[in-house]
Amino acid sequence: MITRSLDAFKANGQIVIVGASLAGLRGAEALRDEGFGGRLTIIGDEPHAPYDRPPLSKQVLEGWVKADRTKLPHRREIDADWRLGVAATGLDRTKKLVRLGDGTEVPFDRLLITTGVRARQWPNPAEAGLEGVFTVRTCDDAARLQAALAARPRRVLIIGAGYIGSEMASVCRKLGLDVTVAERAAAPLAGALGNVIGAIAAEMQRDAGVDLRTGVSVSALEGDSRGHVCRAHLSDGTRLDVDLVLASLGSIRNVEWLDGARLAAGYWGLGCDAGCRVFDVHGVVTDDIFVAGDVARSPHVLFGYQFLSMEHWDNAVLGAAVAAHNMVCEELDRRAHLLVPTNWSGQFGVNIKSVGVPSFGDEIAFTQGAVTERRFAAAYGRNGRIVGAVTFNQGKWLQHYEALIMRSSPFPPPPAGFDVPADARSVPADFPPRGVGAPDVILTGHDPNERQAELVQPPR
Amino acid sequence: MRIVIDLNKCLGYAQCVPLAPEVLKLSGEEAVMYDPNPDDTQRLRVLRAVASCPVQAILLDYRDDPGKTTKP
Amino acid sequence: MTPEQAFAEAMKFENRPNPYPFFDELRKTPVARTAHGIYVVTGYKEIIALAHDPRVSSDLRNGSLLAMIRGGDSSGAPSDADSGMAEMLDKYGGDTMMILSDPPDHSRMRRQAMRHFGPPHCPDLIPSMEEYSVRIVNDLLDKLKGKHRFDVVDDYAYPLPVAVICKILGVPVEDEKQFHVWIAEFLGGMDLGPEAATEEGKRRQAKGRESRTELTKYLIGLIERAEKKGGEGMIAQLVHDTGPDGRMSSSEILQNCILLLVAGHDSTVNLLAHCVLTLLRNPGSIDKLRKRPELIPRAIEEVLRLESSVQFFPSRSALSDIEIAGTTIPSGAPIFLMYTAGNRDPAQFPDPNTFSLERDAKESLGWGAGVHTCFGGPLARLEVNVGLETFLRRVRNPRLVVDPPPYRPSQIFRGPLHCEIEIDGIEDRGAS
Ligand SMILES: Cc1cc2nc3c(=O)[nH]c(=O)nc-3n(C[C@H](O)[C@H](O)[C@H](O)COP(=O)(O)OP(=O)(O)OC[C@H]3O[C@@H](n4cnc5c(N)ncnc54)[C@H](O)[C@@H]3O)c2cc1C
Ligand code: HEM
Ligand code: SF4
Repeated sequence: MITRSLDAFKANGQIVIVGASLAGLRGAEALRDEGFGGRLTIIGDEPHAPYDRPPLSKQVLEGWVKADRTKLPHRREIDADWRLGVAATGLDRTKKLVRLGDGTEVPFDRLLITTGVRARQWPNPAEAGLEGVFTVRTCDDAARLQAALAARPRRVLIIGAGYIGSEMASVCRKLGLDVTVAERAAAPLAGALGNVIGAIAAEMQRDAGVDLRTGVSVSALEGDSRGHVCRAHLSDGTRLDVDLVLASLGSIRNVEWLDGARLAAGYWGLGCDAGCRVFDVHGVVTDDIFVAGDVARSPHVLFGYQFLSMEHWDNAVLGAAVAAHNMVCEELDRRAHLLVPTNWSGQFGVNIKSVGVPSFGDEIAFTQGAVTERRFAAAYGRNGRIVGAVTFNQGKWLQHYEALIMRSSPFPPPPAGFDVPADARSVPADFPPRGVGAPDVILTGHDPNERQAELVQPPR
Repeated sequence: MRIVIDLNKCLGYAQCVPLAPEVLKLSGEEAVMYDPNPDDTQRLRVLRAVASCPVQAILLDYRDDPGKTTKP
Repeated sequence: MTPEQAFAEAMKFENRPNPYPFFDELRKTPVARTAHGIYVVTGYKEIIALAHDPRVSSDLRNGSLLAMIRGGDSSGAPSDADSGMAEMLDKYGGDTMMILSDPPDHSRMRRQAMRHFGPPHCPDLIPSMEEYSVRIVNDLLDKLKGKHRFDVVDDYAYPLPVAVICKILGVPVEDEKQFHVWIAEFLGGMDLGPEAATEEGKRRQAKGRESRTELTKYLIGLIERAEKKGGEGMIAQLVHDTGPDGRMSSSEILQNCILLLVAGHDSTVNLLAHCVLTLLRNPGSIDKLRKRPELIPRAIEEVLRLESSVQFFPSRSALSDIEIAGTTIPSGAPIFLMYTAGNRDPAQFPDPNTFSLERDAKESLGWGAGVHTCFGGPLARLEVNVGLETFLRRVRNPRLVVDPPPYRPSQIFRGPLHCEIEIDGIEDRGAS
């Protein structure tokens, strides 16, 4: 890059985006907004034009909106070469080109990686292959699952009660279907919001008629003679007759295509600096490779410079804008992706919104409203600072907490003047211990000058 | 038409919902649900709803957005 | 000019047609202490922050505004200025209306009222008013056929929202002649400006108090009738409410019905009249909207940004010391969130005084912000859309007769008293 002026690059350069979904689309638009007039190629392995995923677990499964009708609006004209339905299979950093599954190669001056994540499948492949066992990440997944739900299964089993599993349970109840939710942790949403809030979510599920089983895992799925799932075995010894299983086990980062490229890619995603510039395996920043969206992992000033992966919609939108800006600007104009993450989820008639990183906190205090009515706000703290907040049907107050988090204000926050909860003391937020992924990098070489990092292929 | 609602921004006051009731619905007290690719017959109603949002959370495809094509 | 002087000027009746230079002056101190210890907020950012701050109350009983005003502060200006508001609380005691309350009462009342007005429980009511509104405005224009001059306020903007809110509440529209006068006098008596202290001002306040009493008596009559006989409309539904939150107390029903009747038409009249006024002041915009009616919804929001129907609502006060924009608002101090000034804050709206259909920044404060964001916004927008579309389609070559037109006295609810226009005629209804 040093040899070419920025203007020349902006006029005639080549940018490739791998991953044609939310972050890829918004990144492409932002590049054009920023005045990039060169060649833009967008590679996506799904055959579909970019579409929005959040509706898939909500209005689509309810049957209101067809799965192929969540196409994302474009903010502007992009003028790109779209290569849809073909996967990137390799990255050659020396020759600066991306290899595609159809054997072709696409050269780039700069690369934006937005390959996101995919759904973690049920770990036993034979059982995962049974008819009636689903995951949901793509619109094709959602179309199949919606059809199966519309056929009115007698009992649905949802494995995992994170946001998506819980939303699915809500949809099943709305459709009048019997549903069992099996969650290994003590409560739904515990990983994202802790057990104190999880306990409230659990109550919501049970009140809505969900057969919620916490502290258990599913040990095996059984098929009938036609190869259709018919039974599930739980870790507590119970057996359950089911004819639809949704595995909602979290996600796997789409980084395999980067194998051999010696980038900081692994189990937790693709590491980058706060300006979306990708790190190589040593933690040294690269010049021409950028990343945004679910696959990215970057340090955040507000949260002790910890590397955060934020699998949220706004992280994809805002991260893509920052990455695009930094791809085509002078060094002094670079921006940082300093998002205060936010998330929403609609379930059981309650709008759950969060801001900041609740799981970074260790204490929680209810600050407004009444838990019994499922209308409240709560703040999360760590070391006397507010780091996150959650609201249940009180979203209009959230921006107040966002402002407090941005200023690293004291925790607990100054008391509200009205609608103060009966018990506003802070208590441990009670997050389940964080699962540690297999270490995926080791150092080789004895002399510090020769020391090299080697990636260890994690079990996949 | 294509729309997407930034539900992080959305405050759920449903200023938009009654203006395009076929396209936007309130699920519970403050969660908005919508049809992301509504039929063209809903055009005027969707434009009213988009304009009504006090935090401009509803993004309209530029090809559907009269404001994007009106520059003199 | 000190902030105190600038605020007094902005409130003066003679400056009602154009208070904006004084708001620009005030905005140099986005949160400014003015007479009587009132904190006037004119910066967009600061208004947004305070509107979402759970230490800012809308319950007048928490602020010192009333005490201060009633105490007859000797520094001159508004001695008994807010008598209209004082009345609301003193005479009918007990409970108050949603706009003057805080959560959890506020959210409960809002849910109870919304249950009979909008989604999720009543998603069809507002949409069902479209056809009715179209009929009303077409009838109004039919009556003006053959005329070459009419008053946009009295002959067009006013009758539409009154008819609609009467239908929704179950108020007999024939009674409009009575309550029209009461409401005008009651709002006219709520004076927060320097004129409140004059003889004329005092007379208006007295009149306002009487009219408010009449209006209250009238609504009590309707509520009692609904109690005995049931009937159509929100008043009856509130009286016989069996929803999950139960029924509002009788004084809450009364107060909220007054609110819905007044707020349910007054600001809509101002907005529709300001739409016509603003379009006529901006040559070319009428033609543009006629050719491209899909721009009408955003034109309406842009008019409201420029000409806020509700300039502010003087209910807020601080429940603890609040630091903002380098100032500390002390606990108990009244706070005026000046939506009208925030809407022309150049930091938020570049070139703020220009009417522009292409503006990117559209997040106006015209409907308020935070939990008190307008309850009736969707209905008002539907009416104004229908009103403006039909006006543009049927009124041939409209021209302003006087500019600026005469304004109504209220500082809070700002709008033209009349808006005379000359026209070449009225088109037939056409297909629709
Ligand atoms: C059912 C569901 C509900 C959700 N609900 C919410 C919600 O309520 N709130 C919220 O904030 N977020 C929600 N999310 C998350 C949100 O959708 C994601 O944060 C967002 O989609 C991330 O966008 P992205 O572009 O980074 O990644 P993705 O959307 O995952 O896109 C990555 C794209 O890259 C493609 N790709 C991968 N590898 C390759 C390759 N080698 N070559 C070419 N293409 C490749 C993928 O197929 C995919 O199309 C939800 C997600 C799902 C699935
Ligand atoms: C153009 C028309 C209108 C405008 C500009 C407008 C503006 C506003 C504003 C700015 C507020 C906030 C007041 C505050 O800060 O406390 C408000 C509140 C309110 N409005 Fe409107 N309004 C309009 C029409 C209507 C209609 C048609 C109705 C009724 C059907 C209505 C009912 C209310 C109610 C009940 C409140 C109080 C809400 C609460 O406290 O939660 N308004 N309005
Ligand atoms: S008007 Fe905007 S903020 Fe309100 S519900 Fe609709 S999208 Fe959400």
